[in-house]
Amino acid sequence: MFNIETHIKAGSVQEAISLLMENPNARLIAGGTDVLIKLREGKPAFRHLVDIHGLAELNGIEKLPDNTLVIGSGTTFTQAIESDIIQTHIPILTDAAGSVGGPQIRNVATIGGNICNGVTSADSASPLFSLNALLSLQGPDGTRHLPIADFYKGPGRVDLGPGEILTAIRIRPEDYEQAFGYYYKYAMRNAMDIATIGCAVCLKTSGGTLTDYRLAFGVAGPVPIRCREAEKAVKGHPLTPALLEKIAATVVRDVNPRTSWRASKEFRLNIITELSKRATKKALTRAGEELS
Amino acid sequence: MAVGKSVKRIDAVAKVTGRARYTEDFFEPDMLTAKYVRSTIAHGRVTAVNTDKARQIEGVEAVFTYEDVPQTTFATAGHPMALSEVHKDVEDRLLLTRDVRFMGDEIAIVVARNELAASEAAGLVEVEYETYDPLIDPEDILAQDARPIHEGRSNIVGEHNYTFGGDVDQAFDQADHVVEGRFATAMVQHCQLENHIAHAYMDDLDKIVIVSSTQIPHIARRIVGEALGMPLSRIRVIKPFLGGGFGNKQDVVLEPMVAFLTLKLNGRAVQINMTREECMLCTRNRHPFYIDVKTGVMNDGTLVARDMDAISITGAYASHGHAIAAAGGSKQSSLYPKAATRFHARTLYANIPVAGAMRAYGTPQVIYALECATEDAARKIGMDPVEFRLKNVARQGDINLLSNKEILSCGLVECLERGRDFIDWNRKKKDYEQFKTGPIRKGLGVACLSYASGTYPVCVEIAGSRIALNQDGTVHVLVGATEIGQGSDTVVAQMVAQTLSFPYEDVLVVQAQDTDVTPFDTGAYASRQAYVVSNAVFKAANQLRDRILAHAGIMTDEDPKHLDIVNARIVDNRTSEAVMDMKTLAIDSFYHKERGGQLTAEISYKTTTNAPVFGCTFVDVTVDIPLCKITVNQIINVHDSGVIINPVQAAGQVHGGAFMGLGAALSEEFLIDPESGYVYNNNLLDYKFPTFTDVPPLNHDFVETFEPTSGYGNKALGEPPVVSPPPAIRNAVLDATGICINTLPMSPHTLFSAFKSHGFLDGKGGQHV
Ligand SMILES: Cc1cc2nc3c(=O)[nH]c(=O)nc-3n(C[C@H](O)[C@H](O)[C@H](O)COP(=O)(O)OP(=O)(O)OC[C@H]3O[C@@H](n4cnc5c(N)ncnc54)[C@H](O)[C@@H]3O)c2cc1C
Repeated sequence: MFNIETHIKAGSVQEAISLLMENPNARLIAGGTDVLIKLREGKPAFRHLVDIHGLAELNGIEKLPDNTLVIGSGTTFTQAIESDIIQTHIPILTDAAGSVGGPQIRNVATIGGNICNGVTSADSASPLFSLNALLSLQGPDGTRHLPIADFYKGPGRVDLGPGEILTAIRIRPEDYEQAFGYYYKYAMRNAMDIATIGCAVCLKTSGGTLTDYRLAFGVAGPVPIRCREAEKAVKGHPLTPALLEKIAATVVRDVNPRTSWRASKEFRLNIITELSKRATKKALTRAGEELS
Repeated sequence: MAVGKSVKRIDAVAKVTGRARYTEDFFEPDMLTAKYVRSTIAHGRVTAVNTDKARQIEGVEAVFTYEDVPQTTFATAGHPMALSEVHKDVEDRLLLTRDVRFMGDEIAIVVARNELAASEAAGLVEVEYETYDPLIDPEDILAQDARPIHEGRSNIVGEHNYTFGGDVDQAFDQADHVVEGRFATAMVQHCQLENHIAHAYMDDLDKIVIVSSTQIPHIARRIVGEALGMPLSRIRVIKPFLGGGFGNKQDVVLEPMVAFLTLKLNGRAVQINMTREECMLCTRNRHPFYIDVKTGVMNDGTLVARDMDAISITGAYASHGHAIAAAGGSKQSSLYPKAATRFHARTLYANIPVAGAMRAYGTPQVIYALECATEDAARKIGMDPVEFRLKNVARQGDINLLSNKEILSCGLVECLERGRDFIDWNRKKKDYEQFKTGPIRKGLGVACLSYASGTYPVCVEIAGSRIALNQDGTVHVLVGATEIGQGSDTVVAQMVAQTLSFPYEDVLVVQAQDTDVTPFDTGAYASRQAYVVSNAVFKAANQLRDRILAHAGIMTDEDPKHLDIVNARIVDNRTSEAVMDMKTLAIDSFYHKERGGQLTAEISYKTTTNAPVFGCTFVDVTVDIPLCKITVNQIINVHDSGVIINPVQAAGQVHGGAFMGLGAALSEEFLIDPESGYVYNNNLLDYKFPTFTDVPPLNHDFVETFEPTSGYGNKALGEPPVVSPPPAIRNAVLDATGICINTLPMSPHTLFSAFKSHGFLDGKGGQHV
């Protein structure tokens, strides 16, 4: 039994924005897989709901004429997994989507909900960080595009203004073309678990060197992060085993994991360094490269 | 021949189509909901309770506190009544308590017209406490000046000692080597699919009807009577289909409270339907153990001496209390019957959730320590661990020196041989030599188990069965044996079909248990059900068979000794010719004006034997040192449980048990704050019960012996499969890494600490492997 006071199904994004503006206490519900958990815990914040579940405007994955990829915020993880566009161009997102919860959750949970929920462990977040994703945020005053790295304000806090809705996620061609990625989720279980550490790598190679390297982590800090030091340290590095050691040695300077009852800082650091190597190696394999 | 066949479960279609009705599917008009008000501290005493705000919530019908309940303490353990003082359960519980003994203790209860109102009101009950330091660590609990968790009682709930097999100290003196180890197991939970749920109402103003998801309807009836001071005959317990129990429902958890509430509310129906979080925190779970083991061994591989000292933590209330440690310890004597053995155990109260019965009842803890210690002894003398076990384990004809009974059936040696072949032990031992260094390592492990087929001679073992011939030639069977999902009703039908020579489909077992109707049986626990009921069923079926043949004799004017039943027909055994079908006989027995009657048989039978069962687990593992992860590549459980009555159902028990064993070995534990007693993870996200993707394909095999003390040659199987996977995995990890990890679970966190202290990982992200 949930203590829901109002629940209004919006017929369009515009209507959802108006409903949010009319009732400042109202919150959006998409797949509901985070919202219903909070309601079950008795959290009063979600007693007024504006429902955007299944809105056609928010659904769909497409490649624009300029090759920009656009993923509707209402895309479920199952849809993401089954999408040819994602499989072909950004399989790192297939890795991430496939690691979420279990089949039932993936059938309803949306990528937009995952991002807007604002937690560091969100499995789609660190891959989108590594892809330099842009978020399309539509509000009463129109639409703005924000790099995902600027969207996260703190644990559970994101940059959504009054009445604002995340409508789509955009990946620009320069960020994914000729780039290869891999998402490595480390959790205590293979399914139905939140990441202890999530590691996303996106890279480009040319002539035996690493020409572009983007490394992002979930749960290595209060919000998902990019590892700028490690990235800088290895850009242009030859594809030798020393590359992995270099990444592992630098990445500890980028991250800020904490001790909680779920895992100690030492444990997380250990996993972070190891995953940085393993995910990079996997991405290189996808790029058809071998370290020698 | 119905026994030995994988007939379709009686309830299969009802369950897969969703038609099977569980407790939650029964409701009464205007049924009320009750929610407990639980303590937010682990140890203390309530100084004030204010229920005013709660009572003002719309829909609230009543609020009761510890002041409103009967002040006689009662025991909750699902044991048969013990006539001797020694085996009496500890009476330490009230329906609601003023003295808080764990975080989640029940102080008050709100009854409302719906769940939301009940929850909201429960949250508004204001409680003030005087707080005491929580006692969690055994050392603190045992300290001279420790506060008694139950006033007037020692913090030691029970203690006992036994020795067998000769002078233990002398055996150690003469041993070529003595190996020591210290082991610890975690508090884990049953996580049965169906949470605890019960409701009660009064159909007149005299009798309370309780519908409950329980493993022990007849015992629940008695305990409710004790808790409320009412005669047992005024209480009726009905048990519908059950979504599992694993021992968590071998305890009386909700029944006394719903009975109390309906009594207070003029017989209105009241339900308590626990959330998963409540069920995990506030019902029962497995006792954590701390065990020191010493093993004496000769150079030739003979195990000569064993000394085990165990501390078992029962938490805030005794529940099954000391019976757990005693039962766990007693399994050694049938596994290694020749070594001089001493066992000493103490069971302690603590300010943590309550431990009770859980699948295999103390044995997983004891056998884990025992089988790790056995491995260490084999390694000490450089002997192959399988050979070492083959040399020392029980064989048919050995005497169990604790019970002084001969072991009449034992296939353990063959279990070990089959397991060794399956896992390809000898070849892999060689192949894995190259995986003993570097970040990825491989190893093999083995562990044995023995278990019992019931609780005799500690408890009475009684079972009842009534079989009646129907007018259409089928039979209906009533048993007190309790179907809780394990498939008990199906094997009872197979047994009856076998003895009567009826088609399995013609044997109809009455599904729901109703203590006003079903014969007495103490319930589903101790892996006793099929073993103990087998004798009652065998005797009742034979009795009915005789009565059917006697009636056939009257009808045909033949001597019944010339008649037989073959596939539900009366046959002349001289000519093998069919004389009549069962329906003809039945109609005559019911409706002939002068002869016959309804043909029935009823037996209540006490079993005074307790057959030991045996088994082993073999595993093949990979250990990823940097990621602190164990992958079980292959696992097999091989069991001697006597005759296997239904191979598919038996396989289900083995797979389920091995699954649970894998969870206990690798990931499951309650995380309890050592200072406050707060449980961090009483939910299925943070309590790492494995998912199907975490468990490798499960393999099983049976070495079928014939147990002469059982109606159909069968022995226990329900619990044993959970016992041996954890030590087998620990031994394989030792084989792979050279490190003894003597704490369960072997989670990534445990491995990380072990690898760090061995210098494999530096804790700053560096590796040295
Ligand atoms: C059993 C289970 C397992 C899970 N496993 C995982 C896992 O493995 N990995 C993981 O990352 N997560 C996991 N989750 C969490 C959850 O499923 C995901 O975060 C999911 O993506 C949330 O999407 P949703 O559509 O259900 O969001 P909702 O619950 O509908 O919403 C989540 C939040 O986002 C807001 N919101 C939703 N859509 C929009 C929008 N378009 N614009 C602005 N705000 C919006 C809502 O107001 C709310 O605050 C799990 C949850 C459950 C219950």
